[in-house]
Amino acid sequence: MAKSLYEKVWEKHAVRELSNGQTQLFIGTHLIHEVTSPQAFGMLRELSLPVLFPKRTFATVDHIVPTDQFTQPFADPLADAMIRELKRNAEEFGVTYFDLASGKQGIVHVVGPEQGITQPGTTIACGDSHTSTHGAFGAIAFGIGTSQVRDVLATQTLAMGKLKVRRINVDGELRPGVYSKDVILHIIKKLGVKGGTGFAYEYGGEVFDRFTMEERMTVCNMSIEGGARAGYVNPDETTFEFLKGRPYVPQGAEWDKAVERWKAIASDPDCEYDDVVNIRAEDIAPTVTWGITPGQGIAIDETIPDPAQAEEAEKASIEEALEYMKLQPGAAIKGTPIDVAFLGSCTNGRFSDFQEVANYLKGRKVAPGIKAIAVPGSQGVAKLCEAAGIDEIFREAGFEWRGAGCSMCLAMNPDKLIGDQLCASSSNRNFKGRQGSPIGRTVLMSPLMVAAAAVTGEVSDAREVFGVSPAVAV
Amino acid sequence: MALEKITKVTGRGVYVAGDDIDTDRIIPARFMKCITFDGLGEFAFYDVRKNEDGTEKKHILNDPRFAGASILLSGSNFGCGSSREHAPQSLHKAGYRGIIAESYAEIFFGNSTTLGIPCFSCSPVDIKAMAALIEKDPQIEITLDVVNEKVQVGEQTFPAEIRDSAKRALVEGKWDPIAELLEGAQEVKKKGDELEYV
Repeated sequence: MAKSLYEKVWEKHAVRELSNGQTQLFIGTHLIHEVTSPQAFGMLRELSLPVLFPKRTFATVDHIVPTDQFTQPFADPLADAMIRELKRNAEEFGVTYFDLASGKQGIVHVVGPEQGITQPGTTIACGDSHTSTHGAFGAIAFGIGTSQVRDVLATQTLAMGKLKVRRINVDGELRPGVYSKDVILHIIKKLGVKGGTGFAYEYGGEVFDRFTMEERMTVCNMSIEGGARAGYVNPDETTFEFLKGRPYVPQGAEWDKAVERWKAIASDPDCEYDDVVNIRAEDIAPTVTWGITPGQGIAIDETIPDPAQAEEAEKASIEEALEYMKLQPGAAIKGTPIDVAFLGSCTNGRFSDFQEVANYLKGRKVAPGIKAIAVPGSQGVAKLCEAAGIDEIFREAGFEWRGAGCSMCLAMNPDKLIGDQLCASSSNRNFKGRQGSPIGRTVLMSPLMVAAAAVTGEVSDAREVFGVSPAVAV
Repeated sequence: MALEKITKVTGRGVYVAGDDIDTDRIIPARFMKCITFDGLGEFAFYDVRKNEDGTEKKHILNDPRFAGASILLSGSNFGCGSSREHAPQSLHKAGYRGIIAESYAEIFFGNSTTLGIPCFSCSPVDIKAMAALIEKDPQIEITLDVVNEKVQVGEQTFPAEIRDSAKRALVEGKWDPIAELLEGAQEVKKKGDELEYV
């Protein structure tokens, strides 16, 4: 019988059925960071349990690290203590740890793929909801809570229920100035922030076939914002090309065997899905959010929704969002003044994100009074950018070029909005208070749109600001 | 590690209106700088309850009539966003023992179940009706009957749903799966050896 990748990976990793009907599922690769793991190690100590397969867990620091200070002790003693705790746990339990001195530190969802730890056909779990990112490689990857981090450490398994699979096809050709970020914002807008609850999303179609791995990662990353705990793309030559030669992938004859295995894990062409959604690439515009959920998005040339014209069930949510965002119903989103521009995060903090922006930013200046920060997703990304002179382009334009970390995506480090500042952000969440100020405001958009907003000082159409046309579009 | 069999939860309720209440709202990220979950209770819904200067907002969670409520009622997609277990941990430590909402985000639902917090789904109409009863009499007794998937609010009964695996885990006292997962150690090791990748 024809099967989807999800079903094949599930069957391969299912250990046994549990008494409540869930499956004990083997987790091939476990990623941990400093914020959601210390309590799990504490629980292991209480239970006197070791880590069952220490080689299957990899640690790094991302959430809390400052991006302008690289040696401990950090100014924030709590942050410093959490990072020391991770080091202690990694050493005591024998887990590989990419620390700040390793040259490999960064956002866990950037580091995994970069090191070749993320591989097709695997199950990957991490105490972070954006673990769905790794699905770009054809892995079943999902976020877990801290008790589950404990479960994986102690047993390398989780108690899980099987998800349904929704295939999302995006066919046709994206218009110039439209990026993978716009694709996922469009999908979430169309299917809703809870539309994916109970589903894994399988992304495919011509647009995904052509996408680079980094573009696929941006889409899979935000699956969770659409309610889907996991999202994936079937592995193909693009996947293998990306992985070849990376530190943790098999080498030589083992590589060839792995590629054969990975090819076989892809969804069978005639497999059945629980649901199928078809989207035309030409219908996708540069998309920005206006509200307080990632589903509250509009095309850059659209106007902000008016609750008076909305369906009854939507009215309260729209009103709440507009009040918080201090935006007017019916007004254009374009031209909304910004205070901060943030380029980074596990959604859009990879080399190609900075490279694409640098192509257009050269010779331009950040508008007066705008704080603009560029935060590479990993030390690896930073090194690549610096080798290509991209950091200099950003600095000359007036961006602060920072060290690697999650930074202002969730603002657990000193990078925070102040008061009701409005941030043009390449991150993934525009929740109330998300960027560190309880009344701070976030407008989500693609990296080039962030750069356009930084340059003009207001939410802008990057196609106009940078003269993006088919001739220069990448 | 015998766990309590959670067949019903009884207490007073409080209704926090709204859909898509995310885990950042339940516990803002800045309170996650901690090595244990102890002490998270006081930060549950912190920015919902307090102004930037620390003074209290006018909010139902600050209303003394609902102080001591242990059943939380809300809208759809409750607990969306971040996977942080800090969210249900903070609710549990703030005294909440059961949640009634239209629907839940996947990860939040699992995290809550693992802490022994039943997450019941009810229709929006019924939640509004329950909220009205609570508003009228904040002392009214609410019972989440896990076995029969029903909510009792005073004299009135409302139908509810809870995912079968969660229901069985709660009722059989296996809501924290660690013991059962550990029992599978032999098969797990075998599976680990079978897989071609480390």
